[in-house]
Amino acid sequence: MGKYSPVGALKNVKMVDFSKISKEMPKILPLKQDHETAVFPGEVYNTPGGGILLSKLDNVINWARSNSLWPLVFGTSCCAIEMMSTASAKYDWSRFGFEVARATPRQADVIIIAGTIVNKMAPVLKRLYDQMGDPKYVIAMGACATSGGPFFYNTYSVVKGADHIIPVDVYIAGCPPRPEALLHAMITLQEKIRKGLTREQIRMPKPE
Amino acid sequence: MNNEQIKIAIADLLPSAIIEESSEWLTIHIEPVDWLPLAEKLRNTAELYFDYLFCLTCVDWKSHLTMVYHLTSTFHRHTLVVKSKLDRDDARIETVTMIWRTAEFHEREVYELFGVNFLHHPDLRLLILPDGWEGKYPLRKDFEDPVNIIKL
Repeated sequence: MGKYSPVGALKNVKMVDFSKISKEMPKILPLKQDHETAVFPGEVYNTPGGGILLSKLDNVINWARSNSLWPLVFGTSCCAIEMMSTASAKYDWSRFGFEVARATPRQADVIIIAGTIVNKMAPVLKRLYDQMGDPKYVIAMGACATSGGPFFYNTYSVVKGADHIIPVDVYIAGCPPRPEALLHAMITLQEKIRKGLTREQIRMPKPE
Repeated sequence: MNNEQIKIAIADLLPSAIIEESSEWLTIHIEPVDWLPLAEKLRNTAELYFDYLFCLTCVDWKSHLTMVYHLTSTFHRHTLVVKSKLDRDDARIETVTMIWRTAEFHEREVYELFGVNFLHHPDLRLLILPDGWEGKYPLRKDFEDPVNIIKL
């Protein structure tokens, strides 16, 4: 680092010599097959002339799907405000691969039910879900989407839980949940997809 | 105009109005039959000029219904609340759609949820409730729906 380098002010910064690193790399990378982490599933064996990756195709597909979930732009009440906050700069769900929010169900993978579902909205929600292409996932965000929440008792117009209409993969508690809770639910959904444990994946017929 | 001046103006327009000043805004209680002529004067008198009806709602007190109108003037920046008791079994009051256009939708909403009949309303039908709902008023305290309501 030269005396007049633009990063010279950062005293503790050390330049990395990439040529050294490749020499110091171990022969076999200790990459375990672990669906619970975002690490690529499989084992890498370094061989002369390039490495070999051993993995299961199912795991690779699940890993790929879990890292690019496109949410549907869908919000029915105050939870949607928290969802917008999660999407924007401060919480930024694009860090986890959710940034491509789609305004049409045809292009969306995951629907976040952000808010109260009233009886009049129920057929609309059902139609949106039906229009989404497989594989599709559902997050019920907040008390209303989970159980009707504050509108459970003495209300004529509210559906007592969105799972009366469409199946739900992940539920979030809160009224409304904080953006961290939504991020946690999304990461939980990703883990579920990697493990092959979503309702969608369990339902799929296994080949003989 | 400050509240004292509005009070004097109201007493001049409608001597039977009962004036109350315990809440955030100056409130007057009137008879339903006085509402339409008073509303016209509130809108058209230059010193009052209540040109904005920013809330129109109804309250079910079990013994009676109360219509509540929140008026403000975008010119004078003063606010007035008008309340009027209605008979629960025969709830009727004149529409103010012709004075404040926004009342058209708000009155339709109060009509479907509380069953208040707005006389001379141009288009009094359901606003949000599904078709065929007529005759049941879900925001009345005695509304029963054994299918959808879980009672606490």
